[in-house]
Amino acid sequence: MDPNIRREIILDNYQEPYNKGLIEDDNYLKTRTNSESCIDDLNFMMKIEDGIVKDIRFDGEACAISTSATSIMIQTLIGKSVQEVKDILNNYKDMIYEKDYDKDKIGELVVYEEISKQPNRINCALLPLVAVEKMLEELKNEK
Amino acid sequence: MNREDFPMLSSGVVFFDNGATTLKPKCVIDKMDDYYLNHTSNIHRGEYEASVITNKLYDNVRNLVSKLVNCDSSSVVYTSGATMSLNMVVFGYMKRHLKKGDEVLLNKAEHASNVLPWIKLSEEIGIVIKYVPLNKDYSLSLDNIIKCVTPKTKVISLAHVSNVVGDVRDVYSIGKFCHEKGILFNVDGAQSVPHMEVDFKKCNIDFLSFSGHKMCGPTGVGILVSKKELLEEMDPLCYGGGMNSFFEDDSSYELKSVPTRFEAGTPAIAEVIGLGEAISYLLSIGMNNIHKHEVELKKYLLDKIEGISNLIVYNKSCDSGIFTFNIDGVFAQDVAVYLNHYNIAVRAGNHCAKLLKNEMNIKNTVRASFYFYNTYEEIDKFVEVLKNSKDIFKVVL
Repeated sequence: MDPNIRREIILDNYQEPYNKGLIEDDNYLKTRTNSESCIDDLNFMMKIEDGIVKDIRFDGEACAISTSATSIMIQTLIGKSVQEVKDILNNYKDMIYEKDYDKDKIGELVVYEEISKQPNRINCALLPLVAVEKMLEELKNEK
Repeated sequence: MNREDFPMLSSGVVFFDNGATTLKPKCVIDKMDDYYLNHTSNIHRGEYEASVITNKLYDNVRNLVSKLVNCDSSSVVYTSGATMSLNMVVFGYMKRHLKKGDEVLLNKAEHASNVLPWIKLSEEIGIVIKYVPLNKDYSLSLDNIIKCVTPKTKVISLAHVSNVVGDVRDVYSIGKFCHEKGILFNVDGAQSVPHMEVDFKKCNIDFLSFSGHKMCGPTGVGILVSKKELLEEMDPLCYGGGMNSFFEDDSSYELKSVPTRFEAGTPAIAEVIGLGEAISYLLSIGMNNIHKHEVELKKYLLDKIEGISNLIVYNKSCDSGIFTFNIDGVFAQDVAVYLNHYNIAVRAGNHCAKLLKNEMNIKNTVRASFYFYNTYEEIDKFVEVLKNSKDIFKVVL
């Protein structure tokens, strides 16, 4: 991907992140994610109905990579089934760790394909993934 | 000054993360190597030559500490670092001597290691923690402390120099006040002992904690200094070999005298010896010279950054080598990544002072912290990079 386009997508999502701000609603799964290795600290909430992700929201303070990755991931996951979400997350994780992955499945999240070149930012890119996985785990426990 | 003594500086790094840890001079590394290469042995009871050398070096570090902070060498305890020292004070001494309702004065600029142990102790025995309000510039004054003191106040616990805003607290006046009121004075010296003269006796300090690695020494070693009579009344947190005189199958036992009873098991011998070398090294430079240089560097920096409009500085007034800032609209971590791009090492975050956000209304900051080996030229480079920070995202993304 052209570095300028990549930077523009990341910056847009950092400066005007999608669905930033939490709401009062008990029908959401909730989690707080702060990375062990950096200072990002985000709260997440996710609504799943009939096996479909209806909404994800977040709030808090985080770096450009974490915030933008969260914003892009939210847009990518809303409307997908839980199974599709897991598939996207797995492909995203494989991309971050430089394994084979299906580019078509992860949409704009592909902007982080070179993040492995900056090892100290890998956890930033993975932060929203960890949050969504935690909430899916909670969903499993609720059942 | 003394840059040639620091092998890591030859890489060209501008090391402004000295509040977190400092670089190690060759003499400290050599001293530790010498222990490992030429006289590896355990301390106490070894009758062979290597052990005699090791014992002598190990024990002498207490004398060096006593010279550094003006205390009796018999009241110097080797610990694993300032965090352990502070925990020993809280759980070894305070737990035994404080009771429910007793008040401990802290403030919201303190490092986690001078807050969390107290929170845990309040959970355990019901002491009451009170936070002394900070001034507008986030500094801590004796006046504000006095306003919070009640007949129930038993301890005032604070960092001599705050690790976030770098304000130098007037430990002499506070210590005098504590002494007059019969209040215990617990001082976290992690950010002061490496950088300036600290006088344990003159300041009427009851407990003083600091770390080796923040003062050119190795990691894994620190110091607790206290008064002999207080150490006599402190429980060890760790029991085992090296700290007991005897123990019997009827469960009777006797502990060794202080400070040995607080040093169970094989200690960090190489690290203690390394710390001793670091102290000798710092004393040869002179603590006042170190402090003066750091303050001058900061003053030079403050003059140079005038006019950089997107820079928010939180601690212009403090008299130490700590510079805490943000770039307007940019997350602190991104600033640190940006500076790293130019080989400038700083720290971003809450700096373990997680309560300070309530006072500053900002959770994370960037901290550049100086030491005697930093130069005006490095400040010039730092300022240049800050001036060009309008393009920050072109660099970090």
